[in-house]
Amino acid sequence: MSETTENPLRDAIATAIADNDVLLFMKGTPEQPACGFSARTVAALQSLETEFAAIDILPDPRIRQELSALSNWPTIPQLFVAGELVGGCDIVMEMYESGELAQTLGLDADGGGSAAPIADDEPAAAAAPLQIENRLS
Amino acid sequence: MPTAAEVQQRIESGIPGARAEVQSADDVHFSARVVADAFSGISRVQQHRLIYDLFAPGELGGAIHALSLKTETP
Repeated sequence: MSETTENPLRDAIATAIADNDVLLFMKGTPEQPACGFSARTVAALQSLETEFAAIDILPDPRIRQELSALSNWPTIPQLFVAGELVGGCDIVMEMYESGELAQTLGLDADGGGSAAPIADDEPAAAAAPLQIENRLS
Repeated sequence: MPTAAEVQQRIESGIPGARAEVQSADDVHFSARVVADAFSGISRVQQHRLIYDLFAPGELGGAIHALSLKTETP
């Protein structure tokens, strides 16, 4: 995203969404989710063995404010794939159970495929006031 | 503090023709199954947004800690 505004945090969030093929905004970290809804969403992604980046929204309440303003979605977690909001915990779990989540992630139906690779470097993390972690289950 | 009945009322009056079953054990965490014609032809994200829009900014995550949704068309 080359467009810049007077809002560096919102810009950083938009950049993170654009730069990470699979990005989860959550409470806590994949290792230590701080909320049951975030934990379930992480578990669904991990069971598909897909690589994903995660951002903990808890360290600064403004992250959640700006994210929700940007995504027009009030709750956490929020899963983005290829820059698009896929949904929160309920939708992700529904899609996981129906097999749609694997499809959306570009995985084979039998789970043997691989999602589009996430770049090894993290350009968004370096410049942004966000902690982004790439996770391989 | 909203009750399950109030959340149900909010959803059913906000989305014409919607039927909602709302459950809550503590009046803080809610779970709703909503059936509405208005959901046909739109994505799940848009379906959930129709419901989220019935609540004031900050209400979800505030007085209503969690509102788990299952949306369906008739």
